[in-house]
Amino acid sequence: MSDFTSNFWSVYVAVITVVGIAACLLLLWFSGKAKAMTANDNTTGHVWDGDLREMNNPLPRWWVWLFVITIVFSAIYLAMYPGLGNSPGKLSWTQKGQYEAEMSKGEKDVAPLYAKFSGMSPEDMSKDPQAMAIGERVFMNNCAQCHGSDARGSKSFPNLTDGDWLHGGTPDKIKETIAKGRVGNMPPMAAAVGTPDDVKNVAHYVLSLSGSPHDSLRASLGKAKFGACAACHGMDGKGNPALGAPNLTDDIWLHGYGENAIVAIVNSGKVNQMPAQEGKLSDGQIQVLTSYVWGLSNGAKVAAR
Amino acid sequence: MNHPDSADKRIIPIVPQEATPSDADDMVMVSLYQAHKKIYPRSVSGLFARWRWGLVFLTQLVFYGLPWVEWGQRQAVLFDLEARRFYIFGLVLYPQDFIYLTGLLVISALSLFLFTAVAGRQWCGYACPQTVYTEIFLWIERKIEGDRSARMRLDSAPMSLKKFFTKSAKQVAWIAVALWTGFTFVGYFTPIHELGQSFLHVTMGPWETFWVFFYGFATYGNAGYMREQVCKYMCPYARFQSAMFDKDTLIVSYDEKRGEPRGARSRKADPKTLGLGSCIDCTLCVQVCPTGIDIRKGLQYECISCAACIDVCDDVMDKLNYPRGLIKYTTQNSVQQGWTRSQTLRHVLRPRVLIYTGILVAVSVAMLVSLALRTPLKVDVVRDRGVMARIVSGGMIENVYRLQVMNATEAEQQYKITVAGLPGLTLAADQEELAKVAATESRWVVIRVQLPYEAAPPGSHPIHFEIAAQDSPARVSEKSVFLVPR
Repeated sequence: MSDFTSNFWSVYVAVITVVGIAACLLLLWFSGKAKAMTANDNTTGHVWDGDLREMNNPLPRWWVWLFVITIVFSAIYLAMYPGLGNSPGKLSWTQKGQYEAEMSKGEKDVAPLYAKFSGMSPEDMSKDPQAMAIGERVFMNNCAQCHGSDARGSKSFPNLTDGDWLHGGTPDKIKETIAKGRVGNMPPMAAAVGTPDDVKNVAHYVLSLSGSPHDSLRASLGKAKFGACAACHGMDGKGNPALGAPNLTDDIWLHGYGENAIVAIVNSGKVNQMPAQEGKLSDGQIQVLTSYVWGLSNGAKVAAR
Repeated sequence: MNHPDSADKRIIPIVPQEATPSDADDMVMVSLYQAHKKIYPRSVSGLFARWRWGLVFLTQLVFYGLPWVEWGQRQAVLFDLEARRFYIFGLVLYPQDFIYLTGLLVISALSLFLFTAVAGRQWCGYACPQTVYTEIFLWIERKIEGDRSARMRLDSAPMSLKKFFTKSAKQVAWIAVALWTGFTFVGYFTPIHELGQSFLHVTMGPWETFWVFFYGFATYGNAGYMREQVCKYMCPYARFQSAMFDKDTLIVSYDEKRGEPRGARSRKADPKTLGLGSCIDCTLCVQVCPTGIDIRKGLQYECISCAACIDVCDDVMDKLNYPRGLIKYTTQNSVQQGWTRSQTLRHVLRPRVLIYTGILVAVSVAMLVSLALRTPLKVDVVRDRGVMARIVSGGMIENVYRLQVMNATEAEQQYKITVAGLPGLTLAADQEELAKVAATESRWVVIRVQLPYEAAPPGSHPIHFEIAAQDSPARVSEKSVFLVPR
């Protein structure tokens, strides 16, 4: 215990503990005998309230031995485990140590399971019911909070089943996304685009790219201003997975649909983050999870279903 | 009584009386921890002993036999704690059916109340495992060491080869019964055939090993050594059953008016001329008592109502050609007011008994009906917390739910899931129509529910899922909510 500058409290606690246990034994010893009448009626000779007599109904001796056993147990316990002041005990047991031992045992138990999958390709794994069952559980515990139980996401949380990938949909890229996380950064572009009216025109041009309902006059005016966006989203608006720039032509609207939503994003920008799972999940878990996520949009429906 | 200073306050003076000089001679140091004095109950036969043995056979036939009964492809009664499935003949219970255990415990408690109010500690005397196993262990002891006097002689004799072998034989028999009991107990939680195999090959798991030996040890210790100590010092029921007694409760009582003054006499002598009562003071009632009390001193808390003293006293009365019933089951009122048998019986139907009976019948019927009508399908609906609502193509608002579908039958089932509660509410079209759930398994099914845009105002709307089995009439309706964003 490094929180104290001297050993005083440790000794204090240890002494109280030992004295307490010794006092229990002494109490047991001294209260074992009493001066009492040996009258035939089995009373102690004490009479209360005129006629209320105290019977002598002694405790069975085996019960006393149970008490002694608890005292012996406490002595052994204090010798083996931390408890006597800051003594760590013979076993040097700690909560942290037990946690780590249990975790490493758990990891050792599941290691052969993940070892089986380590040589498998994502394609094969996504057809393996056991791997997919594990993948589903890992997904439900770690991913479903944002991406939804059905992996179809929500506003600002990408849908993982639609084949549209911000950062690339190959197993390697998915694995990278899970392990390292991603930060999608759309800077505020209002100044680069021009006047508020220009921003509106660009929004209609963006809507037109996917054939969504738009004002074609505004769209044609906005096309000229789209140059500011093309640096990331490309001249054709098909995006760039290397930068995490979304494809604007596929009618998938992660941050909201329609003129207002697009204008808001152009004006204010957006930073959207997928947290890294590397420290949280083991390599084996990430690998199985990668296959599960890859399988969601790559045809091979989970065989377990 | 009143203290002079506080005439207005009632005070009970708690002042020990001074020991008078004559008492002082009797004052000695005594140990307040009592050494255990072994009781050697004498064997007994008769009507109540037969009843007890009948119940020993009945309860133990069920306990030892039930795990071996097969039902279809599996053990008929198995509590699979690891899988959290409880198989009782045709029933498959989930942890969600915990209410039935509560019902069972309520029924047990009410039965205890009822039987105790009517006939005293019948449970203690005839059906309690402590009594039953003590009876079995005593029987073994008697077969190997002999009856009361032989056992007392053996215990006081110095160790000899014969004593050593006799004691060892008893220990071997006791340990065998105890281990078999522990093994049977674990057999309710682990398939007993497999357990038997692993027991023979010494490959039992750590918990199975622990429980076989721990339960065995408890049986051995309680039935072999602790015996009446359990009832006297450890058992809470023994103590609170007296709260259910009243003056019309059957208790084992000695007819003092008829028995006293007690005394030995020749079989031919007329007790009246000798000025004696019916009790010949043979002390057999004390010798047969498993808790070592003398019933002639009146009802005592140690009495477990086993009626061994009644059986043995009736035998003695028969031999003397006296009428039976010097010690008998009777009520306090009956003794005090000299009621006849039918008068006593009429007092069984008193409010306390009728109320206990009424509640017991009501709870039992409710439990049986609910078991009979139980749907072997359970569903929990969990609305996805991460996704509030989303807008999908076709101008639909979509909510996501996870349904845990629990199949409580022993065949694979297909369930059709439908949703209702709002106009236009549908399941997303591209989902599987039927959820397939393996026998006694449960499965999480992700369900997307869609509502046309502006079909309902923003806010939370109650909806419900209908889950219907395809091959059986089992169907369940579960509530949830559908959120429409602003």
